[in-house]
Parts: sequence; structure tokens; C-alpha cells
Amino acid sequence: MKRFLRGAFVIARRDFSATVLSKTFLFFLIGPLFPLLIGGVFAGVSASGPPRSEQPVVAVIASPSEFARLSAAREHLADALDEGTVVELVPFAPEGDLARQAKGLLGSADPPVRAVLTGGIVEPRLTGSVHHNGSTVRQMQLIVAEARTGEPKPVHVDVTSVEGSPVLLANERAITAKIGQFLLFFLTILLSGMLLSQLIEEKSNKIIEVIAAAVPIDALFVGKLFAMLAASVVGLIVWTSAGAALVASLNPGGLSSVPAPAVGWPTFLALAIAYFGMNYLLFGSVFLTIGAQASTAREVQTLSMPATFGQVLIFGFAAATIGAPDSTAALAAAIFPLSSPMAMFARAAESPELWPHFIALAWQAVWVALILRLGAGLFRRTVLKSGPARPLWRLRKA
Amino acid sequence: MLQQVQPNLVTTGPAVEAIDLVKEFDATRAVDGVSLTVPAGSIYGLLGPNGAGKTTILRILLGIIDPSSGTRRVLGRERPLEAAGEIGYLPEERGLYPAMYAREAIAFMGALRGLTLREARRRADSLLKEHGLGDWAKKPIRTLSKGMAQTVQLLGSIIHRPRLIVLDEPFSGLDAINQARLEELIRSEARNGATIIFSTHVIAHAERLCERVAIIAKGKVAFDGRVDEARARLRPIVRLRTRERGGAWRSAIPADARTEGDTLVFELPGSGPEPLLKALIDGGAGIESLAIERPGLHEAFVAIAGEAAAAAMGEEKPQ
Repeated sequence: MKRFLRGAFVIARRDFSATVLSKTFLFFLIGPLFPLLIGGVFAGVSASGPPRSEQPVVAVIASPSEFARLSAAREHLADALDEGTVVELVPFAPEGDLARQAKGLLGSADPPVRAVLTGGIVEPRLTGSVHHNGSTVRQMQLIVAEARTGEPKPVHVDVTSVEGSPVLLANERAITAKIGQFLLFFLTILLSGMLLSQLIEEKSNKIIEVIAAAVPIDALFVGKLFAMLAASVVGLIVWTSAGAALVASLNPGGLSSVPAPAVGWPTFLALAIAYFGMNYLLFGSVFLTIGAQASTAREVQTLSMPATFGQVLIFGFAAATIGAPDSTAALAAAIFPLSSPMAMFARAAESPELWPHFIALAWQAVWVALILRLGAGLFRRTVLKSGPARPLWRLRKA
Repeated sequence: MLQQVQPNLVTTGPAVEAIDLVKEFDATRAVDGVSLTVPAGSIYGLLGPNGAGKTTILRILLGIIDPSSGTRRVLGRERPLEAAGEIGYLPEERGLYPAMYAREAIAFMGALRGLTLREARRRADSLLKEHGLGDWAKKPIRTLSKGMAQTVQLLGSIIHRPRLIVLDEPFSGLDAINQARLEELIRSEARNGATIIFSTHVIAHAERLCERVAIIAKGKVAFDGRVDEARARLRPIVRLRTRERGGAWRSAIPADARTEGDTLVFELPGSGPEPLLKALIDGGAGIESLAIERPGLHEAFVAIAGEAAAAAMGEEKPQ
């Protein structure tokens, strides 16, 4: 065992150094900036065009006293609703020809008037780009009604605060589960694909003979897998630090704006690390096994698309269980090794028990070991020719 | 050359034993019932044409692949990888990471065999200096010449001071100077107590270096033993030139003697040189010259492995 671990460590150290200390790793680290830059460019382009939706502006042609009452009523409505959804009232003093004045206001670009209210609060008339039962009309009806009657008397309502109904809570936690599971999937699909091509270098350089004569092939696989996990963790630390700074600068609410998971944030984040590791190791070991059978970069490229679709399919399976953590489907997703980390991570958001996670992590670790063992065995037989088997997709001799 | 002490050197018993090894690839039997014994501390050559099965035998002995049947014992262990820390290996197809520095490449191979990285780097520096590559220690492998890269890999295979060194076609691709250096390195390692096994299809290397050889042909061991034993399988050759063309002395000449110009060439009769000489003198042959030549390994190889194998071996001449 000591020899095995030492061999795996030597391989991992070489691969980790070769990856992290290479110039291309810098591009790997700044890779996530590209979508952000593209997003920024598109946001800039869309901001320079006409606004898609805006607060409706109603020009009020009325005396100052009438406008003051309308404005007060509008403020009451804005207090009860979201400010951004309530019409904006802009006062205009009456001029000689009201119809002509209204027509002129409707053609105004600053402010962009949606409708013009004439007739005051006694005989209100709304002219503009509005529908009879549209939101602007209904809001104006309420505003005018209150302006007519004056300030409404506040009514006392007894309030009893509870944390939320079980259904509501479950729905909120399902949101956290979806976000967490997607992040887990996204990071894994982004990072584990590299393992498909991990053995190409050794095979093309022929150094595989030197390694195979010195350490067990299983140690080679373990070393490569953990080296890439470590390199990915370096990337994640950089991205998470940069991302946290960005989120803090853009949204001071941070995680508080996301519904709290059932196990609580500290445990949830600890499980996030554990399940990311397991998800990476599981998919990574499968990709390493498949990639080890390929003899050229072209074969690896050909394999990468089905591998990605396979990941998406498994993600879909795990995602389908969100909202029903105790269902048969959720149990199946937790048992199936490749969907287990994603399904269990979602469960952590929805269900407070911790013991299933210990069992799941142990189960996943067993499967990582089994897949690596299988991969190393296949490599020995088909690549090193230590047995009669051939790669499944090679029907004929090359 | 390397001045090193072999730790825990065990000289009792053979370094390598193989019994009835068979290896089949699909329908091809690459190794067919090979049995070998390599004495500890010897220089042992695997001699045979390309495709004879030499590399496959070495890969089985090293534990890179398992045999289809048969057993092997390397440095006393049935699982060769358990003795990996005491074995050095230079594969036929040289392989190094192109971006790695020469020093790191050697140290990496040492670390694979159990050295700490610090110790491996220290030894790598020392070896590179010793072999005139000190200035190249911090240059990437891809900037080295083929000969230099080959030397780096060779140094990587001995950095951990192995008890058993396995070299697969080590002279392939080397110029005359580097071939001579490699021969000296092999002798030096053997003097220090290491067992050397190397495969070659160049008979001269085996003849100069080896105490024992195995002649491999079509996956089988055609001969396994000392070089002089291989030679002893052939009778010495007599080259005789006489003044007289006929006479009683002709009865002493074997019937299958052939003529090369004015020289008769034939195998020395089993009775030895004295009766032959007596018959020639008494028969009035008029001996102008008589030479009794001991056959070389090449002749022994031809006799053992056959003309076709010898022709295949002749593809590359030693420099």
C-alpha cells in the first residue's frame, strides 16, 4: 500500500506541477472571464437600445391641489406595492386647448408619456396608449378613488409571524437545491472533461513503459485523477474568491437572498466541497478510463461529445428528483453512483438529516475505487496488451 | 563512470528465473515456452532478430504485462513490481516528457523507483555532470539532441542504483562514441555488482559484453548459456592451403570440405588437430598454411537460429 501511495503521489505531483506551472493554466484561470466579458458586451449593447419595459408615465393636467391629492394616493399605492410597478405621475398646468395639450404630451419623448389624465378627480379622462382593463387604467382608478375620498383610515390587523408553511418552505428549499445542483454539475462538466486526454501524453511519449515498469497502473490512474482534482481546486479557489468579491460588490445581500438549505449553510457548504470532490472523482475516473483507451487526440475529441451528453443525461436524472427527496426516484438517483453526488447535494438543501450523507459519501468513494480498478485493468489488457481484450469500438485491427 | 555501492546486494541465486513463459496476442503466440535463468551479477544478452519476442519477454519479466501462462521470479519476487525499487529499465521506445528539464526527468524516474525528490535531484545533478551534461540540467528535454535525450533516459534508469538493469535495444540509434560509452557503463555497473540484461539484434555487442546469452527465434529460446558454450556447439574451422592438389593426404579431409580459391575450408575432425596434421605431413600435402579458427557468436547464431534469422539480424551493423 505504501508503494502504491508513493507511486500515486509521484505521478500526481508531476501532473499537478506540469498543469499548474504551465502558461496555459493562466488561460484556464481566466477562462470564466470570457463569458462575463461577453455578457458585459451584450448588456452594454442592450442598455444602449430602447428600454424593454419601463414605469408607465401618466401626465396629469390638473390644478396643483388636485395633483397633490393624486400624488398622495399614488404614494399609498406604491407603499403597498413595488415602487417600480406603480405608474409615475407628472404634473402639468392646464393650457388653453386641453385636447391639443394632451396630444402634444403624448408625443413627448421626455418624459415618455403613456397616457394623459384630464378632468381632474371629478371627471377623470385617460387618453393614451392604454387598455380599458390594463394595469395603468386600474391603478389610475384606485389612485383617483382614494384622491376623491382623502387619506384612508389604517385598519389594524393582528399579525402572527411563523417561519412559513411546510409547502412554502419546501418550495424555497427546492430553489436552493436546484441552484446548488446546477453549480455542482456545471463545475464538474467544466473541469472533469480534461481527464479524457490525461493519458495521451504518456502514450504518445512512450514514457508509459517507464511508468508501468515502476508503479502499478492503478497508482498511475489515482495519481492522475487527484492531480487534476487538485488543479481544479486551485482554479475553483481563484474563481470563488473573485466571484465572492464580485457578488459582494454587486449584491450586498449575498447568500441571504437564497433560501436557506435544510442542513444550514455551514454544513451545506461543507457538503458542497465533499460532493464536488466525489462528483469530480466519479466522472473523472470514468473519463480517465474511457480516455485511456484512446490512442490519439482525435479519438479523445470524438469521445468528448458523447461523454458530455452522458453527463447532461445524468444531471437530468438527478435534477428530476428535486422536490421529492424521499421518493423512489430520489433513492435511485442517490444509489446510482454517477448521479449520487448531485442527488444527495440537492437532498442536503431539502432534508435536514445528516446520516444519509455519510453513507452516500462512503458509497461514492467505493465506486471511485471500483471504476479506477476497472479502468486500470482495461488499460493493462487493451493498451499494454497484458490480455486479449480490445477496445470495444475497435472492431478491426488498426 | 559511476562509482557506487550496491546496497543489500544479494548474490546468491539467480537474479531472474523464467519458467515456460507463454504470451499470446490475439491469435499470435509472441512468446512460446520461454525458460531462462539469469545469474546474479552477470551481463546477459537476449539475442534475436526484430520480432523474435525479446521485448515481450523483457516486458513480462518487468511485470509490465502478465504472461498468458508460465511463471517468473525477479530478484526473488514472483511479482516483479514488488522489486521495482531495485530494477532499472530502459525501454526500446525511449520516452520522456518533452517539457521537463533534463534534471527533473531523471529525478522523476528516481522518484518513481522510490527515491525522495530531494535525493533524486541531487543524484541527477551528479550524474549529469559525470556524463558531460551538467550544462543541460535545466534545459527542457525537447531542446536536447536525440543522443543526449537517450543518455538522460539511461541515467534515469540507473539513478536509484538498481540491482537489476534491463536495457531493451540500448545501442539502437547511438553513434559509435556513445555506443562505446554505453558499453563501458554496462561493464561498470556489472563491476559494481548489478545484473544487466539487454536485448540486441547486433551480435557484436552481445559478443563483446555478455557472459551469457539467450538466442531467441520466433518466440522460443533456441539457446541459453555461456557465449563459449554457444561457440562450442560448432566445431573449429580449418583453413588449409597446400602445394599438392592430390595424394594420400586427401583421405584425411572431410568429404564436405569446400574450396575458397586455393584454400580448403572444413570443420576440424572429431579426432582433433594432431591426427590431421600427421596425415597431411605423412601424405605429402606440402602445407603452405594451416589455420584453425574458433567460430564466433555469429556463426553459432547462424547454426542455432538459422540463416533466415541471421539475415534479419544483419539489418544493423555495430559501429
